[in-house]
Amino acid sequence: MQGNNGNITFIRDGVRLDGRRVDELRPIKIEVGVLSRADGSCYMEMGDNKVVAAVYGPREVHPRHLQEVSRAIVRYRYNMASFSVEERRRPGPDRRSYELSKVSREALEPVILTSYFPRSVIDIFVEVLQADAGTRTAGINAASVALADAGIPMKGLITSCAAGKVDGQVVLDPMKEEDNFGQADLPIAITPWGDITLIQMDGDLSRDEFRQAVELARIGCGKIYEIQRKALLDRYCQMESAAQEA
Amino acid sequence: MSSVISEIRKDYLYNLMLRGQRADGRAFDQPREISIKTGVIRKAEGSALVTLGDTQVMVGVKMQPGEPFPDSLDRGVIVTNAELVPLASPMFEPGPPNEFGIELARVVDRGVRESGAVDLAGLCITPGEKVWIVFIDIHILDDCGNIMDASSLGAIAALLTTTVPAKKFGLGEDYPLPIKDIPIAMTAVEFGGVVMFDADVDEEAMADTKLTVISRADGTICGVQKSGTGVLSQEQIYRIVDIACENAKGIREKFLEV
Repeated sequence: MQGNNGNITFIRDGVRLDGRRVDELRPIKIEVGVLSRADGSCYMEMGDNKVVAAVYGPREVHPRHLQEVSRAIVRYRYNMASFSVEERRRPGPDRRSYELSKVSREALEPVILTSYFPRSVIDIFVEVLQADAGTRTAGINAASVALADAGIPMKGLITSCAAGKVDGQVVLDPMKEEDNFGQADLPIAITPWGDITLIQMDGDLSRDEFRQAVELARIGCGKIYEIQRKALLDRYCQMESAAQEA
Repeated sequence: MSSVISEIRKDYLYNLMLRGQRADGRAFDQPREISIKTGVIRKAEGSALVTLGDTQVMVGVKMQPGEPFPDSLDRGVIVTNAELVPLASPMFEPGPPNEFGIELARVVDRGVRESGAVDLAGLCITPGEKVWIVFIDIHILDDCGNIMDASSLGAIAALLTTTVPAKKFGLGEDYPLPIKDIPIAMTAVEFGGVVMFDADVDEEAMADTKLTVISRADGTICGVQKSGTGVLSQEQIYRIVDIACENAKGIREKFLEV
């Protein structure tokens, strides 16, 4: 958050740089079951973000001392490809990746029925192939679908979306320019029944704006939820009809 | 990283909570006793020892000239690091920082950075070549709960007493680090539908969700972080934000404003 927008106007006549309105999401594409080795997988595009998520497990825990006798542990690895950003990133996890992995795992864990699989692990791997603001939210959305694709019992799908502030106005799903030069970024993740499993914020928001941003991000999540649901239904209806034909 | 808590203690705390009470007699929104000692490390450019109840955190600030970031050539650089050293808790292990340490450092850093607490433009030596680098190092000494707020308090208290060591590097006279805002972090935990501020170590062990809210002197919010494997309702979040912003004012006035 630099707060200094270098004299760019981000919203003109209610329209943003990429032609969206303030309450509009970027185009979303979700594909289910894109990897054959993984137990569940999902490819997702949110605007210019391209992420792929894989789920392995429930499977045996290595190293063994990490296992829990009463439940499965959940691991989440958020990783950015070195070519995913403008300037080449050094491969491997940095401090940001560690933090995002932690909060993303904590965003998904509340809906996973881990007590069904004691002494095992559910591994979630998210690779960011192209980044354009909102990779953590895209990663969580993809991971949630991949978990469902892997057949992991869950109370519901987690959906994640960010709101931001540019030109003093709260906007939905900020893209790169709005994120870099905007005044705030607030990603959330929610359950289908509205509990919040992830919330982070940086930048500059009054208490009123904070509430506006949370509201707006929730509306965004509602829309993404429908797309996630449809992607899963399409995939499994297709499989069902293929099975019937055979 | 919650410690182990006995079932009987858990039961006791839970029943107290149902009656609207806490083990140490505090109200749910009341922080523990705070004390801040600054200038405790002579070798550091700025330092603070914060106690929050029994929790003790030491923060040291060191400064040295270095290269600016390519995207902000005329601004100083802040680097925040936290050491969860094994002397502070049976739950801490030696070795490189784990995700808890990294999250702690990054949230403290977010508060300092996003509030604009340090006037980074005032830390440029030669634009594009040399700027001051401010290292904020957090050492947890005794983890009796809520090291997040203690660390954040320690960071700003240390920065407020930091002197830029210009003379040491042949760059003119020493001067006080330019500070523009005082961010205050307030963390609440949730369990059984109840929200408690400044949890001690047992309360932290019972709760599976935390929310940290960092506010500026003007009452606006500059950082939020949920952590833990539970959920929060929208109403709980709004309530925590409101109380955090209000309580921060008192702490800022009492301890940090001159």
